[in-house]
Amino acid sequence: MEVIEIDAKNMHYRELNEKIHQAIKENPDLKKIILRNVLGQRFIGNSLRKKDLTIEIYGTPGGDLGMFMSGPTIIVYGNCEFAPGNTMDDGKIIIHGNSGDVTAHSMRGGKVFVRGDVGYRSGIHMKAYKEKVPTLVIGGTAKDFLGEYMAGGKIVVLNIDKEGKDLGKIKGKMIGTGIHGGAIYIRGEINKKQLGVAADIKPFTEEDLKNIENDVKEFCQYFGLEDKFESLLYSKWTKIAPISKRPFGKLYTPDLF
Amino acid sequence: MIPSYVPPKYTPVIDKKKCMVCGRCTIECSWGVYRKDGKRIIIYPNRCGACHRCVSMCPRDAITIIEEPVDWRSHPLWTVDIRRDNLNQAKTGKILLSGQGNTMDHPIYFDRIVLDACQVTNPSIDPLREPMELRTYIGKKPKQLEFEFEDSKIKLKTKIAPNLKLETPIMIAHMSYGALSLNAHLSFAKAVKECGTFMGTGEGGLPKELYPYADHIITQVASGRFGVTPEYLEKGAAIEIKIGQGAKPGIGGHLPGEKVTANISATRMIPEGSDAISPAPHHDIYSIEDLAQLVRSLKEATRWKKPVFVKIAAVHNAPAIAVGIATSDADAVVIDGYRGGTGAAPKVFRDHVGIPIEMAIAAVDRRLREEGLRNEISIIASGGIRCSADVFKAIALGADAVYIGTAAMVALGCRVCGRCYTGLCAWGIATQRPELVKRIDPEEGARRVANLIKAWTHEIKELLGANGINSIESLRGNRDRLRGVGLTEKELEILGIKAAGE
Repeated sequence: MEVIEIDAKNMHYRELNEKIHQAIKENPDLKKIILRNVLGQRFIGNSLRKKDLTIEIYGTPGGDLGMFMSGPTIIVYGNCEFAPGNTMDDGKIIIHGNSGDVTAHSMRGGKVFVRGDVGYRSGIHMKAYKEKVPTLVIGGTAKDFLGEYMAGGKIVVLNIDKEGKDLGKIKGKMIGTGIHGGAIYIRGEINKKQLGVAADIKPFTEEDLKNIENDVKEFCQYFGLEDKFESLLYSKWTKIAPISKRPFGKLYTPDLF
Repeated sequence: MIPSYVPPKYTPVIDKKKCMVCGRCTIECSWGVYRKDGKRIIIYPNRCGACHRCVSMCPRDAITIIEEPVDWRSHPLWTVDIRRDNLNQAKTGKILLSGQGNTMDHPIYFDRIVLDACQVTNPSIDPLREPMELRTYIGKKPKQLEFEFEDSKIKLKTKIAPNLKLETPIMIAHMSYGALSLNAHLSFAKAVKECGTFMGTGEGGLPKELYPYADHIITQVASGRFGVTPEYLEKGAAIEIKIGQGAKPGIGGHLPGEKVTANISATRMIPEGSDAISPAPHHDIYSIEDLAQLVRSLKEATRWKKPVFVKIAAVHNAPAIAVGIATSDADAVVIDGYRGGTGAAPKVFRDHVGIPIEMAIAAVDRRLREEGLRNEISIIASGGIRCSADVFKAIALGADAVYIGTAAMVALGCRVCGRCYTGLCAWGIATQRPELVKRIDPEEGARRVANLIKAWTHEIKELLGANGINSIESLRGNRDRLRGVGLTEKELEILGIKAAGE
């Protein structure tokens, strides 16, 4: 079978996740799993590695959606709880709603798209390695501490509401505290006072525009905003990047010399 | 001598009559203490940390090292160390960095506890003649067992959670690849496989070279999440969540960019030369419920087939935290005492934060028993376990098994000079420099580490026999075998032991 549907109503998360594992094991040509009536079940997609698999979720999945996941695509028609994309290795999570705190925590690869807003500490400690560049694209706004301790990857904040209209001034504080790799791109203006220690506002160059072009395009495709693509991309962007690759390099003195 | 405000702590002295000016010391010393200048060796004592590499390698046995070659005005309050630190900090204005364990002169409770032995009434057992059971299972135990009876057959109905099978209750602690060299790790891996026990990866990921030993390796998930992939989680025998470390409770870790070489960067999956920063907390764990969430997500990642441990630093409220851990789906709680070592920690943390492991084991064990949870979860103790007697006492105080870190490094040549953070370890243990790393031959290293574990194991068997016990299970939490010497009533009460003579 290529498509399998599971009704998750009143189902415990362990049962649901075991059903997903079973479905993958029993159907080598499986392309899509549709989960209906999802209500708070945690760990959906945890450490799955089937690259050509899509999981469609109707409802509200619980925390740690797609944690450690390495390959599949998860589409959520609803909101997400905390930490979707936690320590994710590869694949995609597309959320047609808002998502909670620590979205994309410690993500090392793949992409997370959130149509609406994200909670506190999103994109915290994301890290890149060679071709693995984790990407978090946020349609609305992010709460404080966005991209804290970021070691690599990119975060793109589009700052638009449900209709695609500009949300105005970004309110988030302590953006990029301890950042030592990667970059945060925010559509609109940011006051330096909103940044945390170790973060800096850097000039937004042609190269940066190229760097985010595909991500913005993908975002517009997923959420039916193709007509807005150009106006979103070619607007005022603020790039936030680390002052140094070694924010803690000058913190210590040896005790013996 | 290099002109400095601070006089050297150690000075090497070369016996000119013995020295043939071969210059071996200039190569062996990775700290730059020696320089050959024509027909003489010039010494820079400020750089010496008494690691003994030169002493051991000098072909003419011509070198000796003297501590505090310069007398300081003695003062009971303003110790030399305090003055030296203040002078250093006045120069740099930075946080003092240090390595290995706490250096404060606090009581070592292990040394104030004595053991029992059988005399006349209950004969001691000779381990030469009778088998001594040291096998230890680490992991969740069921509350009760249910059976099914079919005809004359009895079937176990209760599902038994996966456990680790240890042939000796001594494991090698989590020290990351990055802090330690690959050859040090390989030595440990070969040794634990031979001894039927386990080692930890630390949070530096699992280098490919260790894959053949993965069934004897516990992988670690710490706040940096370095190298954590589904493959990494599946490879190991168990997974440990590191919340805290005895050497630096409450803070994270910073592996300096210089140590992030190509190989380290590939294992940790971060760019070469960038700092590897582990934040102080896990940012997806801000409560005990969040911890249970991470335990369960790791269980899901391994489809509930691997034990998950949670390691905390021994701090004031460790017992309450241990109860929280025990009520999640975790299989073992690891308590790391304040004597525990580290590759690098701010000195103020290493020397001033945390509590003794002996107190922590006793307090956690008691609290878990009071809550009726002790029989379900294992306790692993670490931080300052130096010899077989410490292992024995830790188990009698309530631990299931111990982790050793510094002791295993000493087996590889470490002299506890405490400069692991410099990455210049002359013994090839705490360094990534290829010319230093190759000083350890993993085969020879493995033999030495395995020897140490086997020697301790043998001594534990002898001690058990002397106590009239033939199984380590009967020693666990058996505090009646312990007596305190020179301890206050309160200390005895916390340790749950009687005073000698009682």
